Amino acid sequence: MSEIREVIVIGSGPSGYAAAIYTARAGLKPLVFEGALAAGGALMNTTEVENYPGFTDGIMGPDLMLAMRAQAERFGAEIITDDVMSVDLLGEVKTVTDAEGNTYSAHAVILAMGSGYRKLGLPAEEVYSGRGVSWCATCDGFFFRDKDIAVVGGGDSALEEATFLTRFANSVTLIHRRDELRGSKIMVDRALADPKIRFAWNSVVTDLKGDGGLSGIVLTDTVTGDTRELPAQGLFVAIGHDPRSEIVRGQVEVDAAGYVVVDAPSTRTNVPGVFAAGDLVDHTYRQAITAAGTGCAAALDAERYLAALSDAAATLTPEPANA
Amino acid sequence: MANVADVTDATFSELVLKSTKPVVIDYWADWCAPCKQLSPIIDELARDYGDKVTFLKLDTNENTQVPTQQGVLGLPTIQVFVGGEVVKSLTGAKPKSVLLRAIEEYL
Repeated sequence: MSEIREVIVIGSGPSGYAAAIYTARAGLKPLVFEGALAAGGALMNTTEVENYPGFTDGIMGPDLMLAMRAQAERFGAEIITDDVMSVDLLGEVKTVTDAEGNTYSAHAVILAMGSGYRKLGLPAEEVYSGRGVSWCATCDGFFFRDKDIAVVGGGDSALEEATFLTRFANSVTLIHRRDELRGSKIMVDRALADPKIRFAWNSVVTDLKGDGGLSGIVLTDTVTGDTRELPAQGLFVAIGHDPRSEIVRGQVEVDAAGYVVVDAPSTRTNVPGVFAAGDLVDHTYRQAITAAGTGCAAALDAERYLAALSDAAATLTPEPANA
Repeated sequence: MANVADVTDATFSELVLKSTKPVVIDYWADWCAPCKQLSPIIDELARDYGDKVTFLKLDTNENTQVPTQQGVLGLPTIQVFVGGEVVKSLTGAKPKSVLLRAIEEYL
């Protein structure tokens, strides 16, 4: 194993990159595992981000993430485009092993793994994945030009996807299990006013039909229990996210839903030297700006923790001032 | 980058269907962020195993016939062709280990 670093950041997105920017500027030379495929986080699969402060006319999600990444690198963050497979966080020196099998160690770790798409949990979902069922409207919307398609979900991501998909599709049916949407007012109003968007209220997806490709979605009415088939060649799933906390479970306290528990308003977990930020922790706000905010807080908390560690070490064994 | 050639609607038959080696095709588009994450992994595989398997990239933005014929409805899609037939098809960005497993019998 090589040298013991000050801090390792696991994850990217607004929280991981903000933590990287702040720890890099503090001279802590962070090592950042941004993920092999999830690098940049959830915003990499979005289009226009209209609510990130400072961008009057909005900014594309991937552009915002690439800018944050470049900003972190500018201050000396070392970024590895790989996934972390296992961690050992309980000792004073924490170790992190990546997918290539390389092990790194550090005195502090910032967890920013974010969340992943929640699946419907239907057996047919795997069958039609890539054959009509998708989790990425910006990737796959293009293939559904002039088709009748559906989006399942009722939050802002579902509304954004539905609105985006009207550029291509003949019609977009928004399938929602309740009879009102829980997205923000501007997104709801936009969807309700869109002539291409239809609504299947009080409906849950219970099966998928097709022959090779998707041709219909079986909906069950949550009030009457009746089922019906909605003809559709595409189904975009936007029913929420689950925290990606698998690698730290059993070491760091998580709640019943798997979110990492922190000692709010700090970002401290129950393990000394381990901090957590972004959607891995937050199931309430889940915004780019709040993720960046908690990423910053985690960096500052880690910086203070490291300063206290080195003060304690200095009291025990005096070292040269520039050590 | 240079080690992975492009395949188009026009060259598909020649480069893929008539190939004597197994062919891996990476269907991508510039608006697809997961495709950008996958691309360097394909480059690495091509560098390491390009002598046994041909790796090609197809820009679905410029070429619509082949993706339509192949029923590609999601990006990125990876297809493995042997003797002009699709033997494997994967949709969504996958880590290197999964891609390697998909082609290991041809290496």
